[in-house]
Amino acid sequence: MNNAQPHITAENLTMAYGDFLIQKDLKFTVSRGDIFIIMGGSGCGKSTLLKIMIGLKSPATGDVFYDQEPFWASSEAQRELTKQKFGTLFQSGALWSSMTLAENIGLALQQYTDLGPAEIREVAAYKLMLVGLAGFEDYYPNEISGGMKKRAGLARAMALDPDILFFDEPSAGLDPISAKLLDDLILELRESLGTTVVIVTHELASIFAIGNNSVFLDPVTKTQLATGNPNELRDSHPNFEVRNFLQRGEAA
Amino acid sequence: MTKAALQLNDSGQNRLLLSLSGDWLLGSELPSPGPVLDRLQQSPKPASLSFTAQDLGEWDTGLVKVLIAIHRSATANGIEVDAEGMPTGAKRLVALAFAVPEREGARRVFTKKGFLERFGEKVLAGVEGARELLTFTGELVLSCGRFLRGKATYQRSDVTQYLQEAGAEAFPIVSLICFLIGMIFAFVGVMQLKLFGAGIYTANLVAVAMVREMSAIMTGIIMAGRTGAAYAAQIGTMKVNEEVDALTTLGMNPTDFLVTPRVFALIVMMPLLAVYGSLMGIFGGALVGISMLDVTIAQYWAQTLQSVHLNSVFGGLFKSIVYGILVAIAGCQQGMACGNSALAVGQSTTKAVVMGIVLIVVSAAILTVIYINLGI
Repeated sequence: MNNAQPHITAENLTMAYGDFLIQKDLKFTVSRGDIFIIMGGSGCGKSTLLKIMIGLKSPATGDVFYDQEPFWASSEAQRELTKQKFGTLFQSGALWSSMTLAENIGLALQQYTDLGPAEIREVAAYKLMLVGLAGFEDYYPNEISGGMKKRAGLARAMALDPDILFFDEPSAGLDPISAKLLDDLILELRESLGTTVVIVTHELASIFAIGNNSVFLDPVTKTQLATGNPNELRDSHPNFEVRNFLQRGEAA
Repeated sequence: MTKAALQLNDSGQNRLLLSLSGDWLLGSELPSPGPVLDRLQQSPKPASLSFTAQDLGEWDTGLVKVLIAIHRSATANGIEVDAEGMPTGAKRLVALAFAVPEREGARRVFTKKGFLERFGEKVLAGVEGARELLTFTGELVLSCGRFLRGKATYQRSDVTQYLQEAGAEAFPIVSLICFLIGMIFAFVGVMQLKLFGAGIYTANLVAVAMVREMSAIMTGIIMAGRTGAAYAAQIGTMKVNEEVDALTTLGMNPTDFLVTPRVFALIVMMPLLAVYGSLMGIFGGALVGISMLDVTIAQYWAQTLQSVHLNSVFGGLFKSIVYGILVAIAGCQQGMACGNSALAVGQSTTKAVVMGIVLIVVSAAILTVIYINLGI
């Protein structure tokens, strides 16, 4: 695996809802195997950027490139193929409530692979083991706790062995220990699977613990103020806003 | 792509060596771990199991899931597993998968229930449902008392909105359905009554049927499908989002806040809609009657007027109020009893509509018998 190879690139990305500009001129590169953090204050458009990256919302101008291939400029069919290599964990899990955990994980496998029902169940059981939910195959989402839902959502995101995992606020609503365990899990999965990880978060603890690349969005100037390793940005970025955010408002 | 292979070597001294080769990708043809699992259970039991993966190509979940099955069986048989030889990523994943032991008692065991057991459970559920409905009705009555005395907490703007939704916005569909029902009645009436020269009595048939029964029933059923379903879905979703709990923690009674204003809106709007529905039905019937029979508008109108007594009008109005209450109760009760998922909201909505319609039809039958005995 070549670590220097760019996996995701954003070029002059501008996002807007109608005439309302959210962010403009975003430009960043994510290498293969990076844990890339999208950060910034509330309402700066972090989640919107994620939506554009996973194909839920189209950008106003600019494009996202996966392995140098344009994402939004390509055909719908091509985009569907690219999307199969994504796994997404939504903020509250977004598990389908009418299906058991095993069925939640199995749906994508059923749709996109030729595996039989027994094999799908086996894979689902394995994915649940990975996230520490062994034995919970036949539970419905409303029968498990919030933290378990997140982990089950992660198991579902990993169903198709994705190249890129997207996380929307993974530690929101989790206690510090569960949040730490989830961070460790993300790191461990990145190490063993070589997956590129993109995370929207403003949890500073997570940002420094797992992030090795990032983009900082600013709601005032409506553009990115910084991109790079968050630990370095905290200590030595010339922009005060960036340092202040990363030092919890205590920057000198 | 080379074919995946799994080879077991007994290297003596009770040590087993498992060599993995080829590309282990999910969806391609993978060797079954069956023979390896069998060997692990045979005696003499090997003391340890190790791996070599020199000729291993690409791999994904397909490999890890087999390794996990082997690892589990080996551990269960007391065989020491030396994971060193596994590819690094797979070794970590296997370790991760076994990092959190399965929680005791978590796994579900499905037992097949006998017919009697299932039947009994259904009966008990039915009894429980009836009890819940009664409790709900009781709470509603108490809440209505507070509402009338002005002691209930609710938002006035909500009531206006419910009135708008249950009343004005239902006009088009009530117009259409009642108009067509009136026309259908008139068609049947004309065809049959003409046979013995009583065609003009079509006016009686349409007017009495619409005013006494049909308008209220049709409006009730429309409301069950429109408003009752909406109530169940709104309150059910609020329950899923814990909005109902939020009201309770603020010391507000959810029945006062959510249910009574909705019931009130339907009690006010149902009679109005029923009266309007009757007029639309009579109008539809008149169109058919006048065009198919040899009568003037004045004759038809006079016939209609003398056929409808005030008793029938009040009887119809009373029925429409009863149906309105029943539809609102069915909708709100199902919403409040809703479970905690999107699926449950759908089930509650379905139940609300079915229950609303059943209650309407049953109460229509009962009320009709009572009316006949009272001579209304």
